[in-house]
Amino acid sequence: MGILDKHKFLETNATALLVGSLLVVSVGGIVEIAPLFYLENTIEDVEGMRPYSPLELAGREIYIREGCYVCHSQMIRPMRDEVERYGHYSLAAESQYDHPFQWGSKRTGPDLARVGGRYSDDWHVDHFVDPQSVVPESVMPKYGFLLDNLMDGEYIQDLVATHRFVGVPYTDEMVENALADFNAQIDPDGDWDALVERYPGAQVRNFDSQPGISEMDALIAYMQMLGTLVDFSTFTPEASR
Amino acid sequence: MSKTPDDKHEVETTGHVWDGIEEYNNPLPRWWLWTFYGTIAWGLLYTIAYPAWPLIREATPGLLGYSTRAIVAEDIAEVSARNAGINERLANVELAAIGDDTELLTYARNAGAAIFRANCSQCHGSGAAGVQASGYPNLLDDDWLWGGTIDDIAWTIAHGIRNEQSPDSHWSQMPAFGELLETEEIGQLVAYVQQISGQEHDAAMATPGAVLFDEQCSSCHGIEGMGDPVIGAPNLTDAIWLYGGSEERLTESITYSRFGVMPAWSEEFRPAGGLSPYEINALAAYVHGLGGGE
Repeated sequence: MGILDKHKFLETNATALLVGSLLVVSVGGIVEIAPLFYLENTIEDVEGMRPYSPLELAGREIYIREGCYVCHSQMIRPMRDEVERYGHYSLAAESQYDHPFQWGSKRTGPDLARVGGRYSDDWHVDHFVDPQSVVPESVMPKYGFLLDNLMDGEYIQDLVATHRFVGVPYTDEMVENALADFNAQIDPDGDWDALVERYPGAQVRNFDSQPGISEMDALIAYMQMLGTLVDFSTFTPEASR
Repeated sequence: MSKTPDDKHEVETTGHVWDGIEEYNNPLPRWWLWTFYGTIAWGLLYTIAYPAWPLIREATPGLLGYSTRAIVAEDIAEVSARNAGINERLANVELAAIGDDTELLTYARNAGAAIFRANCSQCHGSGAAGVQASGYPNLLDDDWLWGGTIDDIAWTIAHGIRNEQSPDSHWSQMPAFGELLETEEIGQLVAYVQQISGQEHDAAMATPGAVLFDEQCSSCHGIEGMGDPVIGAPNLTDAIWLYGGSEERLTESITYSRFGVMPAWSEEFRPAGGLSPYEINALAAYVHGLGGGE
């Protein structure tokens, strides 16, 4: 029986058994996961994708903090019914700067991958403050307190730097100007040229119509950009991906 | 369990002995063994038929040429082909004359109702009655801020109101009169607006309010206060109020002004999630048919 006769050694040495099991299981992991990092047709570069602006990133943090992903997905699957309901199916590239991604796994509420531009800012404020006031059948909780939580951007530079640390291609310039960009995005009367140059397509508005930068501003800025970066009038999906 | 313990050691043991206990090495049941081999064979064939083995630049594509993207594209194309004829008619129809084609109108209203539920009900309500005094207009009445003909409705859907998406969206902005008038003057205006809309009002306040209205408001809302759908100026003489007609709400509207936004829905401005021309026409036919269309 050759090598099979040696298994008494494994069966009588717990540590050797653990190491052996780990090696066996790793083979499956390496074969299934590792190729995804280098195969060209699993890594699709799509024009228009850019890292989140500091305000959007702050909004994304609130999205995660409040557990929005528990009820909302951000993943339009490539199926006809989903495409009809929500718009073009999500591309892998559209969550390439997400750490962690917000695909979610359950839809108590609708998918939000393309919620950007679907509603007015005022609607978002009304809806966050009291979802049932606009959608009576909704079971979403109220998030009106976001209006009262003002943000001073104290840690915004650290947040951007952290995302760079895990692989988001923020430049030195982006990190240095994080606080300035954070403040510029809610002030349409201010100087936001540099912001839009660094983050093309960033929407500059006072999202909640209140003075100061509230968590509501940040969250709505994030909502309004979701799914809007890729120009699907020029994008042709390659079937091999 | 089907076999009794073999005292004569006819069956080979595994050779393991632990505390005097030995382990028989009985053969696996044949059906089990063949099922097991079958799954291995199935697995191998599967990786040949479908994309699987990672190579250097890409994975093997599989003999069946499976692709999720191709399948969804095919699926969409198949269903659109089924309705292609009527959808094309709908996309190119002269909207004002859509009533002459009963088949097309019925189709458009049904399709429009489905599109409305998915995209419009979040603001205008599932029954299209809007949200009272909150800035989300009722689409069932015959009061139209930006015009109520079927063509006006189609334009409003495609381009929206006061958004940054369409360069041709409806646009107008009432000044915040809190910065231009005294608080007392605003009170007088409120009283006058209550008067012309047939509400209870303070007549002594309304008289100077009439003069102020003529000076400040009539250029948009009209001398009679009937409004102007070209610039989205509401009619102030009826009982329909987008943001409420109470003294408190009127004071708020005049002091701070309002800035209602509706997104542009044409796929021209939102290629990932917007509506195609036939969908916009279907929606316009549905909304126009709700009861208030002109």
